[in-house]
Amino acid sequence: MNAALVVIGLVTLGALALGVAARRGLRMTLEQWTVAGRAFGAPLVFLLTAGEIYTTFTFLGGSGWAYGRGAPTFYILAYGSLAYFMSYWLLPPIWRYAKRERLLSQSHFFARKYDSPWLGVLVAVVGVVALVPYLVLQFQGLGIIVSVASYGAISPAWAIWIGAATVTIYVMISGMHGVAWNAAAKDVLILAVVVFLGAYLPLRYYGGFGEMFHAIDAAKPGFLAFKPTGQSILWFQSTVILTALGFFMWPHAFSAILTSRRERTFRLNAALLPLYQLILLFAFFCGFAAILQVPGLSGPQADQALLRLSIQTFDPWFVGVIGAAGVLTALVPGSIILISAATLVANDVIRPLRPDLSDSVVATTARALVPVFALIAVYFTLEGGQTLVALLLMGYAFVTQLFPALVCSLLPRNPLTKYGAAAGIVVGVVVVAFVSQTKVGFADLLPFLPSRIGDVNVGFAALILNALAAALVSGATRRAPAVAAEPSP
Amino acid sequence: MSAVRWLVALPFLGILVGTAFVNRVEPLVLGMPFVLAWIVGWVVVGAAAMALVYALDPVNRGPDGEETGGQP
Repeated sequence: MNAALVVIGLVTLGALALGVAARRGLRMTLEQWTVAGRAFGAPLVFLLTAGEIYTTFTFLGGSGWAYGRGAPTFYILAYGSLAYFMSYWLLPPIWRYAKRERLLSQSHFFARKYDSPWLGVLVAVVGVVALVPYLVLQFQGLGIIVSVASYGAISPAWAIWIGAATVTIYVMISGMHGVAWNAAAKDVLILAVVVFLGAYLPLRYYGGFGEMFHAIDAAKPGFLAFKPTGQSILWFQSTVILTALGFFMWPHAFSAILTSRRERTFRLNAALLPLYQLILLFAFFCGFAAILQVPGLSGPQADQALLRLSIQTFDPWFVGVIGAAGVLTALVPGSIILISAATLVANDVIRPLRPDLSDSVVATTARALVPVFALIAVYFTLEGGQTLVALLLMGYAFVTQLFPALVCSLLPRNPLTKYGAAAGIVVGVVVVAFVSQTKVGFADLLPFLPSRIGDVNVGFAALILNALAAALVSGATRRAPAVAAEPSP
Repeated sequence: MSAVRWLVALPFLGILVGTAFVNRVEPLVLGMPFVLAWIVGWVVVGAAAMALVYALDPVNRGPDGEETGGQP
């Protein structure tokens, strides 16, 4: 037991206590558990919707990609900002409709808008599928933090089990209220740690930012700009579009939207959150600083770059503080994802199939599903083998397939029918699943296109096929009733 | 207001199109590779545009809870 582990353990216990305390005096109905009674004000909604930014994904994944890939990591800074700019117009109509219809989830939203419970079930299934890699990412991050910070005393597998158990217990007890309290603690700690590390490490090892980037550019020419092929500019553009459109398509992002009390909150956040994104720069700087100091981490090991450099630089107790911040960045989003996935299955898949179930049975089912999901994610985490960023991009490729149907449903006259919406989503998801399973590139599928097209993000290409399928099927299924209804102009 | 709203298109153009033309490391700007500084610049410009839109949009005036639409 070293000082680092003691600090990490204490903070984890503190988070657990805070989560349990948050539940006092509340009756845990499903509405309380999933959207906290829709009663959060601007600061908490800010933290919950900003929670996305400061997950293990950015803390370890962002710095890991800076270390392992270089310039491609810049996409992380771009997509969140563009998504927030769009949110000014995207989120208020979603929130208004959801409030008026008393909706609890994204799946309800689609089901009501398209007047099709089955579309709701389909959306819920896509959401759950996309959430799995996202949850795996958080657990993998926990495993890295605990095992590296224990200086190897705790194996990554044990670390993952401990982390998963902590998240599960605390979610089952307190639901969304506990998450919100910890979200505040997490953001303060991670902000302080990332800014400090990102400013200090380049200064300490290189004497300044410019000096650091000059040194990297000299040692690895071309590393700090996009490559001519592979992760090229075309990859950057398609990935930024895909992830910016998918940003609010996550089931848990939807839940975060619904926790707001007022719609103006979203408009204000649209101006504030992009600036908050700039903190990401400091995570990148940590990864860049590690390149020449702790060389030789390859593949998924790159995600350890920030922690390895910290161990080389600081005393164990401070490594513990960094690790504790990292644990919170996995714990809070991990809990939000677990709540979302469990609620989705209980409320949006099981309930439409068994409408006779009472509210309390559904609420109990949702809570009972939490450990089930945790176990599934632990299984995939232990299978392992991908970087944190690759995991998130896979989730995005799935979840963004909901975007065309959602945006069309917000238009005054929806151009899509429920069949068209369903066809588009199915086509998009199947393409993503096929390509990511078989590793077949677009250059192989469509050899007549220029080879550079292979750089396009898979999810983006699937999105285009999705929109085409949605338009075609909507056209085909709309015509018949339109003709029948001809006599009433 | 409607004219100001189009300012928000700028960061999208700058990041999604402009990046293709500034894909280089030198010169460093504020110590950062040029292409990174370019993206950062558009995030800042975009946030400023957004703040302007928020300030000028009539939807955001009026007392708390009055959120019934954008008619002036």
